[in-house]
Amino acid sequence: MSNNSKIDLDTLKKLGKLSRIPIDETGSIKLMDDLNKIIGFIEQLNEVDTESVNPLSSVTGHNLPIREDVVDDGNKNNDVLENAPEKKSGYFVVPKVIE
Amino acid sequence: MINTNKNSNYISGKTGDWEIVIGLEIHAQVLSSSKLFSGASTEFGKDPNHNVSLVDAAMPGMLPVINQTCIKQAIKSGIALNAEINKYSVFDRKNYFYADLPQGYQISQYKYPIVGEGSLQITDANGEDKVIGIERIHLEQDAGKSLHDQHPSKSFIDLNRTGVALMEIVSKPDLRSPEEAASYVKKIRTVLRYIETCDGNMEQGSLRADCNVSVRKPNGNLGTRCEIKNLNSIKFISQAIQYEAERQVEILENGGVIDQETRLFDTSTGETRSMRSKEDAHDYRYFPDPDLLPLELCDSQISEIRSDMPELPDQLVERLISEYGITKYDANVIAEEKEYVHYYENSAKDRDGKLVVNWMTSELFGLLKKNNIQFNQNPISPNYLNELVELIENKTISGKIAKDVFEIMFATSKSPKMIVKEKGLEQVTDDSAIEVFVDQVINENKDKVKEYLSGKDKLFGFFVGQVMKISQGKANPGLVNKILKSKLK
Amino acid sequence: MSNLLQFSISEALFLLKKKEFSTKELVETYINAIEKTKDLNMYLTTCFDQALEQAKTSDQNYFNGNQRFLEGIPLGVKDMFCTLGIETTASSKILKKFIPTYESTVTQNLWKEGAINLGKLSCDEFAMGSSNETAAKGEVINPWNFEEKRTPGGSSGGSAAAVAAKAALAATGTDTGGSIRQPAAFCGVVGLKPTYGRCSRWGIVAFASSLDQAGPITRNVPDAALMLQVMCGYDPKDSTSSNKDVPNFYNDLGKSIKGIKIGIPEEYNSDGISSDILNAKDMTINFLKENGAEIIPVKLPLTKYSLPVYYIVAPAEASSNLARYDGVRYGARIDGNSLDEMYENTRNLGFGDEVKRRIMIGTYVLSSGYYDAYYLKAQKVRRLIKNEFTEIFKQVDYLVTPTTPTTAFKLGSTQDLLTMYLNDVFTVPASLAGIPGISLPIKLDKNKLPVGIQILGKDFDEQGLLNVANIIESCASFKDTPNGAAS
Repeated sequence: MSNNSKIDLDTLKKLGKLSRIPIDETGSIKLMDDLNKIIGFIEQLNEVDTESVNPLSSVTGHNLPIREDVVDDGNKNNDVLENAPEKKSGYFVVPKVIE
Repeated sequence: MINTNKNSNYISGKTGDWEIVIGLEIHAQVLSSSKLFSGASTEFGKDPNHNVSLVDAAMPGMLPVINQTCIKQAIKSGIALNAEINKYSVFDRKNYFYADLPQGYQISQYKYPIVGEGSLQITDANGEDKVIGIERIHLEQDAGKSLHDQHPSKSFIDLNRTGVALMEIVSKPDLRSPEEAASYVKKIRTVLRYIETCDGNMEQGSLRADCNVSVRKPNGNLGTRCEIKNLNSIKFISQAIQYEAERQVEILENGGVIDQETRLFDTSTGETRSMRSKEDAHDYRYFPDPDLLPLELCDSQISEIRSDMPELPDQLVERLISEYGITKYDANVIAEEKEYVHYYENSAKDRDGKLVVNWMTSELFGLLKKNNIQFNQNPISPNYLNELVELIENKTISGKIAKDVFEIMFATSKSPKMIVKEKGLEQVTDDSAIEVFVDQVINENKDKVKEYLSGKDKLFGFFVGQVMKISQGKANPGLVNKILKSKLK
Repeated sequence: MSNLLQFSISEALFLLKKKEFSTKELVETYINAIEKTKDLNMYLTTCFDQALEQAKTSDQNYFNGNQRFLEGIPLGVKDMFCTLGIETTASSKILKKFIPTYESTVTQNLWKEGAINLGKLSCDEFAMGSSNETAAKGEVINPWNFEEKRTPGGSSGGSAAAVAAKAALAATGTDTGGSIRQPAAFCGVVGLKPTYGRCSRWGIVAFASSLDQAGPITRNVPDAALMLQVMCGYDPKDSTSSNKDVPNFYNDLGKSIKGIKIGIPEEYNSDGISSDILNAKDMTINFLKENGAEIIPVKLPLTKYSLPVYYIVAPAEASSNLARYDGVRYGARIDGNSLDEMYENTRNLGFGDEVKRRIMIGTYVLSSGYYDAYYLKAQKVRRLIKNEFTEIFKQVDYLVTPTTPTTAFKLGSTQDLLTMYLNDVFTVPASLAGIPGISLPIKLDKNKLPVGIQILGKDFDEQGLLNVANIIESCASFKDTPNGAAS
């Protein structure tokens, strides 16, 4: 696995940023190593010829089911806000967002 | 050949002319009762988090189920924009974090949108027709709303709008001026309102636009573009584009380069600015939503919608011109709003279409504007406008009297016939009655008559004016002319 | 009264109807058993008061003769199922104190038919794991040779252990890459992963949407049929739910399998697979032969690519599915000075290492520049794997394979990631193809640990699958009880 280091510290930090999981200095080496092991493992797929193969994203055999346009949900503020860590006047509350 | 109009769109800088290149992404809220993937209502203006289902709030284990009406509306819009309807489309997840995006992804369409290429005809700044290419239309979920001004260190989140269906209508970079962009947005709005797929209400955010703006030397290579996000009025769209284009020209002329970035328009200053929260590592990681399946349409579904299409604005304009004999300009004005059309066609029934259109677009629109009244609050019914024009056509009243009647109609909503009768405003068409007025004028103006007879022809108008004055405007002008002429020989 | 623990669902239903004992007695017996087996760390939350309350209703129904399909059957529920008013955490710190205001379709189906909820069972965090070691509240101990502290398997480790330890008459599980079948094998119980779409996913905490499927974990095959009967069915709230008819799984058990074709894929073999497991496979083949089935060796050459496909597809979907755990609307929040800081603090402390690793991998394989090479490639190979199964099922009716390459290993003994992932090497292919699979115990190995055999069938042929499993079960006559079970 040593020749495989697809994920370097910069990539790791970028992934952390995208997934909102901070990368701490101490754990990053181990994490990087783990991820590169997995990447090395999944790259076995390169052995498979997939020329002109359609990707499969669902094994479901039926067509997309479609709902009638009726209002049969909503109107349950209490349920929606029930578990909120912070709420006020019917709103969810979060640290200030700067656009 | 010298093209004299061409430069009117250009920005003239120190180094010469610059051409603006604009592409628009319009987000049009789909008219439907419930949301794209949940049964919560789309109604505007409810208490915070009222129209929110567990699906919209992205509770664990919640799943999307697509709304039939939203699919139909997208197809209908596609047909109206002369676009190809894709029988196979896919819903993808667009992944990013934001406080008002509960799932952590927006369900949208990326590689396979429901509607493909189309086109829309607009009127450019010179009044000429111009065809703007449509790249695609796709369906996607709207986000919620963040309120930043309620608390010094907190933002408040309302998910009422979360999950409401949007159509993103992407134009090709075919627009060349802020005016064209405005004309394009207006036309899109008109079309969507006609076919009732979007209410086009920009104040409520039902129609918003992201503008991609770049500048280049005329016919040169495309420049780097900036995207101005979320403009919710046609005025702001024009202003933002103008400002942005000028900003870019200034940078380029001073040897700078344009950073490709997302910018916000400040409505108070009229300027665009770079977004502070730079999403530097933008990577949306689109992939097909595994909670949904590809949307597969069959020909009959599409043709059914196609055969059920209402008349479109362009078709209507053609019909108005041929049926009522009005000018293209007038037809376009009427066609702008469905309610205008309805009003016009009712008031023009059996009447002279040109006369009606004049009354409607100049007198009626003028009074509405002056009194700041919305068209749907219009105090004059189409029947009464029809009646008024009838009174003019059959010479019961003159055009001049009609204006007075019209003002009374506007103030009282009364029938013009009633007003004419009550005020005794019928035109005098009786020869002998007019002769009396004419004789009186000749007697009272003997000097002028002498001058007239000695060759001062211009005085004829004076005599007509005097007769009309004595008759309080009721004498039929044609008869007045005729009788005056015979008496003044 | 503790002898009530010995009865299976079908037996209990029969005896309850005959009023040999009451639902209340049955529920109390199980509550007692849960208390006795506390050290195995299987339940995260219990709801005894509610269970006893429901027992009253059940007894009333039996008294009136209008008992429902699973009236009075006490069950454990994997913590991946959202349960109304009962904390649901998916064994993660990030969902701490999350109390759903809704009930998952599958559990609702069970309660509607009179089953009784004893509580929520531990699993790997967000069902990501094969040993139950990633559970926020600590690992579950396998009741077999419990003093050796072995893994119950995962991710439905709590469910399988509870059924084996007689701390639930049956349990629900979810299977994404083997999470029902592998722990069932490790704990000596029956685990059924139905066809993708057979059970609704609505209200189940999502791990990998295109693979997740709920299913039962039971003492024996007929119980699995009874549980599945109630759990499955079309749900308009899940777009991937199938509206195929639901046959009567239980009543159709016992049909002859004479002449049916059983494929034995040669690739379901690995280095170091124990002779006990190979022996269990041979025993199974013999049982089938004795019952008139035709045994056909078959080849599934793409088998080895299933795990790599799985470790792209599942993390990719998970990275997106788990984005909603952001501290805004429910669960834990660790504050920060900005929204992003709050997100990062919450997710950093809320997720465990395995979950973070999978989110990172999933983010990587979807990110721009890598999507085609990893995610799209995996989807293409997934298509080929699906096709391979479709082709093989033109030749044979069922496939028989070992469920796992090893029996239950000691907790903490597997430090290497990839070695851990290899646990699912025999279960993942069916998950990718969406086909049904069942694991049932055949024998004990030399360490007195159960060995499981897996049977795979065609899409929506759970009925036939259960029938074959039922025959094997009768022949194997596996009657051992773990020493850690309540008695």
